Amino acid sequence: MEVFPEHLFRREAGRLVAALTRLFGMHNLALAEDVVQDALCRALEVWKFRGPPDDPEAWLLTAAKNRALDVLRRERTANTFAPELGRLLDSEWTLKPVVEELFHPLSIKDDQLRMMFSCCHPRLPEEAQVALVLNILCGFGSGEIAAAFLSGKAAVEKRIARAKKVLAGSAKLFELNDVDDFAARLAAVHRAIYLLFNEGYHGSSAVRVELCEEAMRLAALLLDHPLAKTPATLALCALFCLHAARLPARVDAQGNLNALLDQDRSRWNGKLVSEGLRLLDLSATGTEASPYHLEAAIAAVHANASKAEDTNWGEIVALYDLLLRLNPSPVIALNRAIAVGQHEGPVRGLEELNAIRDRERLAFYPFYPAALAELELRTGDAAKAREHFQIALNLARNPLEQRFFEQRAQSVRS
Amino acid sequence: MGDFLFIYRGGDNGAGTPEQMQKRMQSWTSWLKGLGEKGHIKDLGNPLDPAGKVVKGSAKTVTDGPFAEAKDLVGGYTLVQTKDLAHAAELAKGCPIFDAGGSVEVRPIMKM
Repeated sequence: MEVFPEHLFRREAGRLVAALTRLFGMHNLALAEDVVQDALCRALEVWKFRGPPDDPEAWLLTAAKNRALDVLRRERTANTFAPELGRLLDSEWTLKPVVEELFHPLSIKDDQLRMMFSCCHPRLPEEAQVALVLNILCGFGSGEIAAAFLSGKAAVEKRIARAKKVLAGSAKLFELNDVDDFAARLAAVHRAIYLLFNEGYHGSSAVRVELCEEAMRLAALLLDHPLAKTPATLALCALFCLHAARLPARVDAQGNLNALLDQDRSRWNGKLVSEGLRLLDLSATGTEASPYHLEAAIAAVHANASKAEDTNWGEIVALYDLLLRLNPSPVIALNRAIAVGQHEGPVRGLEELNAIRDRERLAFYPFYPAALAELELRTGDAAKAREHFQIALNLARNPLEQRFFEQRAQSVRS
Repeated sequence: MGDFLFIYRGGDNGAGTPEQMQKRMQSWTSWLKGLGEKGHIKDLGNPLDPAGKVVKGSAKTVTDGPFAEAKDLVGGYTLVQTKDLAHAAELAKGCPIFDAGGSVEVRPIMKM
């Protein structure tokens, strides 16, 4: 047997559910999911003896398509399917060609985008949007989503069920040609896949990298569509590449977290770095710089420094200033203060940290006391540093962070 | 040395996430591949479609079926060769079907 593509089942599940929902209508999402489950089941049974065929994707597609035709023929009098296809599904003359066309790879690509836009419905909270995207488009089960987000399976199940009810309220998938709604919805899609990537990047479990990969795969679908390939999309993709490039160095062989400045930069993925820089270049069109532009630009400054000491901190502070204007969040202010501390010395960094507006919103964010500790350490106040590291340790949200702050606290003691 | 038929019953009833199904499929292929590499496979066999017909009685009535309980339904077979029944049963223990609640019936092929 050839090496079987990783995650093929769940990726194909996502593609096929999107295509089938276009055919059946959004209100029949559950039916689409059943048809896909059937196709995967057949594949499991048939392939388990001799392994998958040469083109497993095509096999699954055909299985799903044939099953869909059965369903349409059997239920077309009792059930209403996609309203925009209307009578085309009623006659045998038109049924087959329409279904063939909908299962063309290019159609499926558009259907995945339509589904992605549908999942980012304005009536859904962001975490529900992300859960839906993972469930429908990435084929994750609720248990797998719960594991990735460190939440309970029952809660995720409920969240997804509620969100699907909202989806079922619209008869069809989001229409990509609807230019008015497109820009607003695209921004929501950006946010959802940005959250997905961040969850992967800052999470602690082994699924971490998978979530980043999924976010990048979905972002690549946006890049492939002429309307969705906006400067902000390019910047988002650049940001993903530049951050993903650091993943191999983020955790060392012992499974410990490495701070950006302590990472072995030779382990950064060079191909992703250059792809990120290329996309960032392409994103520099139009009149508006999105937060993704600025975040990607900051990541690019780091990527361009072959040693941590070579980092152009002045430029990073300037970029954080701009970012803070677009998005006045205390976490960004914190990162800016850290950059100031690198650029102008620890005393200035501490001033900036203590001057963050809404810093009470960072009360449970372990990297705030950790930043205080690092800067106190550099001013020579080991006692204060120790104190702050202890606070950070108490706030750690996962074992990875816990070990990280423990080590930092220990290094001050010795 | 003798031949033995592995008859797979139940299991893999379509439950699980896509990722779990893929993993299950891959553990089957690697189990069978392992048996093959040790020279135990005489015929890989085949999976059986659950929807069939049953022909019965002197009147040869044809009905849809078999509608056995899912756990009793034969899902496939493999022809294995090894030294004796005890070892054949030992080999069957590696089958991934047990993770899905199924069973393997091991039957010696009678010699001419």
